[in-house]
Amino acid sequence: MGNKQTIFTSQQLDAYQDCTYFTRKEILRLFHRYRDLAPQLVPLDYKNQPEVRLPYELIGSMPELKDNPFRQRIAEVFSEDGEGNMTLDDFLDMFSVLSEMAPRDLKAYYAFKIYDFNNDDFICKSDLNLGKTLNKLTRNELTEDEVRMVCEKVIEEVIWTMMDRLSLEDFQHMIMRAPDFLSTFHIRI
Amino acid sequence: MILIDILSTNTFALFFQWIQKEEQKARINRSLQPEERKKRRKRLRVRERAERRRKKVRRRARKSRKEEERKQQVQRRGLGSSSDDNSEDESMSEGEMARLKEEVEEKKKLIVTLRNKPWRMKRRLKCLKEAQAFVEKFEGALGKGKGRRLYAFKVMMTKKLIKFNRDFENFKTACIPWESRIKEVESHFGSSVASYFIFLRWMYGLNLVLFGFVFGLVVIPEVLMGMPYGSIARKTVPRDEQDSAMDFSVLFEFGGYCKYSIMFYGYYNNQRSIGLLQFRLPLSYLLVGVGIFGYSLMVVIRTMARNANEGGDGAEEGAFTFSWKLFTSWDYLIGNPETADNKFASTTTSFKESIVDEQENLKDENIHLRRFLRVIANILILCCLGGSGYLIYYVVKRSQEFAKKDRNELTWLQKNEVEIVMSLLGLVCPPLFEVISELEEYHPRIALKWQLARIFALFLGNLYTFLFALFDEVNAKLDNEKEIKNETIWALKEYYDNYTLHHNVTENIPPPNISPADVIRGPCWETEVGIEFVKLTVSDIQVTYLTILIGDFLRAVIVRFLNYCWCWDLEAGFPSYGEFDISGNVLGLIFNQGMIWMGAFYAPGLVGINVLRLLSSMYYQCWAVMSCNVPHERVFKASRSNNFYMGLLLLVLFLSLMPVIYSIMTLPPSFDCGPFSGKDQMYDVIMETIEKDLPPFMADIFSYASNPGLIMPAVLLMVLAIYYLNAVSKAYQNSNMDLKRKMQMQRDEEKNRRNNKDSTNQVMKDLEDLLPNKSLIPPPSAEETVVQTFKSPKVTGKPGAAATGKGVNVKKDVSLAAANPRAPVTRPPGPRPPGPLPGNARGPLPGQGMGRGRGGPPPRR
Repeated sequence: MGNKQTIFTSQQLDAYQDCTYFTRKEILRLFHRYRDLAPQLVPLDYKNQPEVRLPYELIGSMPELKDNPFRQRIAEVFSEDGEGNMTLDDFLDMFSVLSEMAPRDLKAYYAFKIYDFNNDDFICKSDLNLGKTLNKLTRNELTEDEVRMVCEKVIEEVIWTMMDRLSLEDFQHMIMRAPDFLSTFHIRI
Repeated sequence: MILIDILSTNTFALFFQWIQKEEQKARINRSLQPEERKKRRKRLRVRERAERRRKKVRRRARKSRKEEERKQQVQRRGLGSSSDDNSEDESMSEGEMARLKEEVEEKKKLIVTLRNKPWRMKRRLKCLKEAQAFVEKFEGALGKGKGRRLYAFKVMMTKKLIKFNRDFENFKTACIPWESRIKEVESHFGSSVASYFIFLRWMYGLNLVLFGFVFGLVVIPEVLMGMPYGSIARKTVPRDEQDSAMDFSVLFEFGGYCKYSIMFYGYYNNQRSIGLLQFRLPLSYLLVGVGIFGYSLMVVIRTMARNANEGGDGAEEGAFTFSWKLFTSWDYLIGNPETADNKFASTTTSFKESIVDEQENLKDENIHLRRFLRVIANILILCCLGGSGYLIYYVVKRSQEFAKKDRNELTWLQKNEVEIVMSLLGLVCPPLFEVISELEEYHPRIALKWQLARIFALFLGNLYTFLFALFDEVNAKLDNEKEIKNETIWALKEYYDNYTLHHNVTENIPPPNISPADVIRGPCWETEVGIEFVKLTVSDIQVTYLTILIGDFLRAVIVRFLNYCWCWDLEAGFPSYGEFDISGNVLGLIFNQGMIWMGAFYAPGLVGINVLRLLSSMYYQCWAVMSCNVPHERVFKASRSNNFYMGLLLLVLFLSLMPVIYSIMTLPPSFDCGPFSGKDQMYDVIMETIEKDLPPFMADIFSYASNPGLIMPAVLLMVLAIYYLNAVSKAYQNSNMDLKRKMQMQRDEEKNRRNNKDSTNQVMKDLEDLLPNKSLIPPPSAEETVVQTFKSPKVTGKPGAAATGKGVNVKKDVSLAAANPRAPVTRPPGPRPPGPLPGNARGPLPGQGMGRGRGGPPPRR
């Protein structure tokens, strides 16, 4: 193995390997991707864990995220400050959850957080329409009536009771059965 | 072993050091006592008067001593040092031990499952560090006496093992070929196109194994240990062909030296065992020929089973149509604006379609018209299929007539008619089907399946027509061969008679002295069949590669460069760039594999050709896709269709297995070529081996086993087993349904209960209970979120977080750093405005923000 890397100590690398789904090589690659976003900000030595935070504008411009309509939400959910500014830890975290190896439960949990725009632990109607999920997904191509109908349908499908919002449990129940959730909810890096 | 020794001595050394330290501590504690006493005496001498005080001091000292002792005990227990070296016997009780052990195990489990926890990285790291420290601290202390060393050793070994496993895992992922290449394609074209390449890679792996079998067990032994070229008739080019045997035109059609090489069946000798090792080549040939099928079947079925397990339980289709569309339709892999545009378009379209379906679930006025159209489409396609089948049959018949004539009189066209016609049909029919299927107005996913099925039928029909024609030819050859065989026997007899007549000897007649090139030989139908398959495969490769070169590359070049001086927009308008044809490519691959399976028995070299083909096409097609194709208008998801491909492959495997097995079981092998020459049937080799090589009781066993009286009950048993398994699976299905219903009911009940209580606190509690792990971050309530937002400026204001502090004030979506340098260019920098395009030939006016201006939602029904 290449012992040349001086970015992390081997303990750090081991710890990262334990905490993410990445191999040592991938972690190093991710670090370099992270650093490439802003070479002037990120030091090449992470042994004493410098407090570096990249602004959302940089994270969102990554080619993996650039075209994703939910990029801002993703960054917000995974960043510690909730505004999309990411440390290396957050960055690794994000791609670990979105990696192929992550289990369904974990993915579903974060998917829920991503679609939960107002952070109230429920996906309610306001999370679906009004420039949120649905409109991001279709680029405002649908008419208002159609949007309303889809929202009603979604709520109706997942919830059979009077409460018109989706809880994490409902969401998981629904998403576990989705045929291609696992294959679409991941980013290769 | 040396390594292990060193490791163990290391651990022991560490361990002893630790124990010594403990002892030292204890000694220091003990040595404290005399010192104190001395001090006290001094004090006595100096201040004799202070009697009362002295008493106090003594009391205090005693107290402190006791306290110290207690502390020591506690410390020892806490450290878990049941130190047997210490005379004070204070080992841990069994219960404590067990508890500690449990705790350690728990922590270990935590370390393993840490990555599954939805925590922030910092918390995870902290937790990991704590758990590791805990485990490190207590692990060695567990176990007693002799067992303890063993335990320490075990712990050490498990650690090493984990490290080794991790390294091995790293190594394994590094070994998967073309991973980055496929990832690149996937990120630009979505998972559907990538699924083709993954399939191609899988196929390559399979073929590599087959190649190993064939070359390791058949070709290499024959080359190394068999008779050399030119030694016998079957390994020599006949005299009248020798002049043209090295001509390119002949070699290109696999005649001449190619025909009499190890590539084909006829070259192999029927010597029972060859070389020093007494290698049974004919037996090996037969077993490899059948083993290829066995191995392929096994692999395909295993892959299918694994794929079936991986896909989520496909039940409840339609229950969550809209939710799934909403939450899972975005493919997070998409990393290129064009694909993203198309994805947006296709999502919108699918939403609209679903809405329309929902709205007009009942009213469908045009149903009669559509049905009529569909029937017409199917009739048209059936006509196409029938016509193509007839055409092939006709051409093959004609080629048989041509074959009777002299080869030099024929034109190139006449010689290659079959291959050309088959390739042309494969080229023309699929687009034709696509045009016809426009009539039907199916949903594109269903349309794709229909399209696949139709092309499959076409290919299959062609293949089987080809096969039947081939069988006719083989039968003709067999008759011909009989004559030649009789002639040779006659000639031999004549020779012997003459020899006795001239020399007056009846015994020890030397065999006729003819050069192997002059021997009369039969047509060797096996080699002919092998040549047909090799030719077909090679022409298929040529056509595929030329199609890519012309249909994709040339088209892309023309569209790209003529666009500057053309009257309409070539890129967005009519010719545009080609799309990657998934269905065609997949089917091509599958049928190619079918050819290989069928032909491998008659032409062992075919597997080698195929491996080369797959290898080259991986690079070639990857290049072609990245450089001259555009992403699909509708990006399909591939999770499901993967098993569909496998199912097709299985069908093809079965269909290609039949003719080969049939020919092995029924057709007599040629009398003068191939490993089975001289036998009545090919499988006689097995009989021979059983009789001659195996001990007699084995032969008995085999003869009993092949007795119909035993086979019939065995078949019956299998049928019964199938019936039983079927019944069991049905019962499981039923119970599955039951469970599902129960779960549903439970969920409903839960909901009702929750709703009735109607207090947010309760809801919160329930939610917490239901979360996958108890130790999740508690769902932040409204106050917490407020706190968070309140906190955030503080966090960003930290000295390290210079990013925002330095005032890097960028507009949204403007990249500060250089854009990803790896990003390949999939579209030329042609004049393509980002907004909607005026010249859109494909559909109605696209809505705003449709990006490329193509792939607008198709007209609604």
